[in-house]
Amino acid sequence: MDAAKREKATYSLAGNMFKRGITVGLPIMLGYLPIAITYGVLAKQSGMSLLELTSMSVLVFAGASQFMGAGMIAVGASAAEIIIATFVLNFRHFVMSLSFMNRLRSMDLKWKLPLSLGLTDETFAVSALHTTEAKEEKGAFFYAGLFLTAYVAWVGGSFLGGVLGEIIPEKLSQSMGVALYAMFIGLLVPSVKKEKRVGLIALQAMVINVFCLYVLQMSTGWSIVCGTVIAGGSGIFLLKEEQA
Amino acid sequence: MIFLIIIGMSLVTMIPRMVPAFIVDRLQFRDWINRWLAAIPFAALGALIFPGIMAVKPNEPHIGLLGGLVAVGLSLLGLNIIFVVLGAIAAVFFLSI
Repeated sequence: MDAAKREKATYSLAGNMFKRGITVGLPIMLGYLPIAITYGVLAKQSGMSLLELTSMSVLVFAGASQFMGAGMIAVGASAAEIIIATFVLNFRHFVMSLSFMNRLRSMDLKWKLPLSLGLTDETFAVSALHTTEAKEEKGAFFYAGLFLTAYVAWVGGSFLGGVLGEIIPEKLSQSMGVALYAMFIGLLVPSVKKEKRVGLIALQAMVINVFCLYVLQMSTGWSIVCGTVIAGGSGIFLLKEEQA
Repeated sequence: MIFLIIIGMSLVTMIPRMVPAFIVDRLQFRDWINRWLAAIPFAALGALIFPGIMAVKPNEPHIGLLGGLVAVGLSLLGLNIIFVVLGAIAAVFFLSI
């Protein structure tokens, strides 16, 4: 094969991986749109301009903390308070990123770095269950397609919410709030079907999360961190070598 | 002022996401740490689903739970995740009419 042909073959392989990533990212898009629109509406009501609320989605790209940020701006909280609260809420991404990057070890930093910025609860959950692509050639394009689909949906949805906010009936947008949870369930159930121990890990995380929230009165962010890290620890004993 | 807040929020969100990209190259994890990290996604899913799902409709935790049960049922049937999501949305929509 001459150089030009080889280049073309690599090119289309990258394109294929990218497309596969987009396909796998579609459920996230479906889940993000209603939530992003709701965020846009709320942020607009809390006094942010269209430019500000869209920029927040572009630069922060973390749902829960943006809702919180908009809410705190509305009640006139200080910048320091909002930024510290965001850090606490989003620190869970550190744990997720560590788990994800450990999968991508073989990839160059020039890929790992931009991919790390695309990690959210949802993109992490979906990509963590598509681990084989990390070892395939041009696997980075798969994750790039997946993350960009989610990012476009999030930013586009926020903008849309800011523009046409009040038109969407509340009943519908509220019903769509279940979308992300349904996606998490749709990701978890097939893994549990394959390996019951996985369900045990998830169940422990739920119990620990509830305990941290209601008994220890911890914040949502730290409760999720504790639930994830402690229940993940049981994987040391529950998961076999080949799954790790 | 709001832009200052946005940039601050952006930095404290970006840094925890980026740091692992730099450090995994320098660290060689033992087996048990690899197993721990491999279990993180499943643990995270559990912690993200519950009790958050009960807040889908404020003050009516059963609505989110029933929507979740529909999602469990549909994914046990082996449906594509898109249909699991759409089914749960439909269930919550009809329950809250």
